[in-house]
Amino acid sequence: MSGRVLVGVKRVIDYAVKIRVKPDNSSVVTDGVKHSMNPFCEIAVEEAVKLKEKKLIKEVVAVSCGPQQAQETIRTALAMGADRGIHVEVTGKDYETLGPLQVSKIMAALAKKEDAQLVILGKQAIDDDCNQTGQMTAALLDWPQGTFASEVSFDGDKIKVVREIDGGLETIKIKTPAVVTADLRLNTPRYATLPNIMKAKKKKIANVKPADLGVDLTSRLEVVRVDEPPQRQAGVKVETVDDLVGKLKEAGTV
Amino acid sequence: MWVTRTVPLSCCSLSLTAHRCIRALKTIQTDHAAPQLYTTLHRRTCSSVTTPRITTHYTIHPREKDSRWEGVEMERFADEADVVIVGGGPAGLSAAIRLKQLANEQEKELRVCLVEKASQIGAHILSGACLEPTALDELFPDWKERGAPLNTPVTEDVFSILTEKYRIPVPILPGLPMANHGNYIVRLGNFVRWLGEQAEELGVELYPGYAAAEVLFHEDGSVKGIATNDVGIAKDGSPKDVFERGMELHAKVTLFGEGCHGHLAKQLYKQFNLRENCEPQTYAIGLKEVWTIDEKKWRPGRVEHSVGWPLNRNTYGGSFLYHLNEGEPLVALGLVVGLDYSNPYLSPFREFQRWKHHPSVAPTLEGGTRIAYGARALNEGGLQSIPKLTFPGGMLIGCSPGFMNVPKIKGTHTAMKSGMLAAEAIFPKVTAESVDSETAGLHVPEYADSLKNSWIWKELYAVRNIRPSFHNYFGLYGGMVYTGIFYWIFRGKEPWTLKHCGLDAHQLKPAKDCTPIEYPKPDGKISFDLLSSVALSGTNHEGDQPAHLTLRDDSVPVGQNLAIFDGPEQRFCPAGVYEYVPLETGDGMRLQINAQNCVHCKTCDIKDPSQNINWVVPEGGGGPAYNGM
Repeated sequence: MSGRVLVGVKRVIDYAVKIRVKPDNSSVVTDGVKHSMNPFCEIAVEEAVKLKEKKLIKEVVAVSCGPQQAQETIRTALAMGADRGIHVEVTGKDYETLGPLQVSKIMAALAKKEDAQLVILGKQAIDDDCNQTGQMTAALLDWPQGTFASEVSFDGDKIKVVREIDGGLETIKIKTPAVVTADLRLNTPRYATLPNIMKAKKKKIANVKPADLGVDLTSRLEVVRVDEPPQRQAGVKVETVDDLVGKLKEAGTV
Repeated sequence: MWVTRTVPLSCCSLSLTAHRCIRALKTIQTDHAAPQLYTTLHRRTCSSVTTPRITTHYTIHPREKDSRWEGVEMERFADEADVVIVGGGPAGLSAAIRLKQLANEQEKELRVCLVEKASQIGAHILSGACLEPTALDELFPDWKERGAPLNTPVTEDVFSILTEKYRIPVPILPGLPMANHGNYIVRLGNFVRWLGEQAEELGVELYPGYAAAEVLFHEDGSVKGIATNDVGIAKDGSPKDVFERGMELHAKVTLFGEGCHGHLAKQLYKQFNLRENCEPQTYAIGLKEVWTIDEKKWRPGRVEHSVGWPLNRNTYGGSFLYHLNEGEPLVALGLVVGLDYSNPYLSPFREFQRWKHHPSVAPTLEGGTRIAYGARALNEGGLQSIPKLTFPGGMLIGCSPGFMNVPKIKGTHTAMKSGMLAAEAIFPKVTAESVDSETAGLHVPEYADSLKNSWIWKELYAVRNIRPSFHNYFGLYGGMVYTGIFYWIFRGKEPWTLKHCGLDAHQLKPAKDCTPIEYPKPDGKISFDLLSSVALSGTNHEGDQPAHLTLRDDSVPVGQNLAIFDGPEQRFCPAGVYEYVPLETGDGMRLQINAQNCVHCKTCDIKDPSQNINWVVPEGGGGPAYNGM
């Protein structure tokens, strides 16, 4: 086993920022808007670094797909403890249509190329909420998947994953190599402190093009329109039950 | 689950804090299981059992005496640079750029590190702004080719006096301070971001997301550098698993460019007695919004300023409305209110909201959408309030000491120039083979000398009497008459220098002597409520950290601010941080601090009548997420 773990990190609009739809309803405004690492990706990086600290794996490689700014996100992962980074350059129209299918093809190709033992991803990105990349990556590689992980441990040559499901918690054992996606309660990510950011500047980030990996980025999806959710109307206060019934009759619901 | 973090007061969070307080008190009464809480409460005799504990920050409750911190590793990693700059605004970045320009010209090695508390350069920048390009022309004569975002030259300049229903136009004669010919309307956040890119290209090490939390001193008392904030401290002040100490950055000279009312500058004033020969600084709060408007109403390059309504003649302030030319029909608009106002019932935020309904303003905004909101304090003191600028190991640049030209409401060009002068003064000293220095940290008084001989000083000297001239019976009108005679005709050459009125915090009259102001309800189309505005600033902080709005004495807010002044902090905070809420048991109120809402404007530190609030820097990366403000 190579002892190498691949961690995917995505640069998304910061969760506290108010999203604005572009006037032409084509997409969301991203220019100059505060971006940060997807919170679930932070949890994924933390888990990988923890495994390395426990000496269960040897190397953590952070991967991000996107334009030049994706390198900032990789640097944060390096500052958290990843050993090296891979920046898969995707820009322009390709970046606008980049989705789980394309990213999972890239991750699968990289996992084979880097001879990874484990791929850890966040369960979903907070901008598209797709929750598909981990699953698709596992399918493309024909590897087992432990998704919505709230606990990961090594059990011999298998991985024990406690999954958060609707009914409660499910514990599964999967063979390696495998894909795991991180859920909220997996861990509390560490801060990327300044001395580590400075050290991270010396760590390597390799530059790769999707074509080099033999990946076709064509999307099968077309975004037709993006709209803001409808404005919540103010409620109406009524004084008596009769008023309430009257208003409901007016609205035609009674 | 990631959505409503900035909504401060929900029933759940209220009872959670309350339950924690009640639990803490019960613990003391029953089994003394939390002895450290008991002893610290016991020690602070001013905090009675009825005042719930509010402040947990280590600057008020030192960790050396806190048993929860026993055995925690407090060593810090340290690194050396030639120059460390605190603050990535126009002053700090101009200083960094100028240093590297000189270093490259003279082929000398120079390590310049800049720390900035915002998560990205430009995210905490807020200004009108009409930029006077004089300093930029000196810094980058080829700024146009480099793509500086000065896209909107001023084409129309309008000044008015507003009454409740009407607008009285005032002619802008050339030579009056508010004439804007030759200036550019900019989105200062974008301009600062561009400055950051230029700085990085020149080799400046920029570290956004790391706040300078502590000034470090050599044994001889000179400044050694700064330490960045610690991370991973829980809301109750105890260390979390992810606790890590900040880092020390040591330098030969440290430049402090924290902007208006910087928190480290506040400490330095005391440490080096920098304010002994100048007047106290006086401030204003500027609230700003950015709107996309109907294209038919859009007049790119148009600058509108007004004074008068809704402020009365004795409350200094005025409005601005600029039409930007950056592709879509955008306007930047806002209200500036002098913080020397005396009525504790005044709410600068609500004055701003009701100003927008004025018949000369509302039509521009009708059919438009508000896309951004923010607020920041600004300096009004001018020349009289400039402190001593240099001290062993460091110096103050930009709006921190305060070089704002008040009647022009422009401080960016003077801030940039001060940064450049600082760089030029320190460069020979930090690159010299050996320097004759009495102290370990270099003292460079040449900076203050070159500033006094520069156009900054001439400009500020000429306008020094305009702001203080408003302190007369006729208020605004007296001030305008004074400006007309002594500035426009005599160019500020009168031999006297008027004084300000003292600290802004001491100007409030007791609530019983003032009348509450009836503000109209926001209509949701032109005017808005506070919480939706705060959400638009994108502000957020890690929730589980001690509140960075620290109180020296937890009992003063209810005992003095609420009792005498009816809690003015509920009204002057533009982000709804301070709320007086009823106690869960019994009668009385308590102060609730919603620290996560803070937009780092510093108004509370300035205007608190008891001067009990001490703003310290929260974990780096927190605060507003302004985009081109």
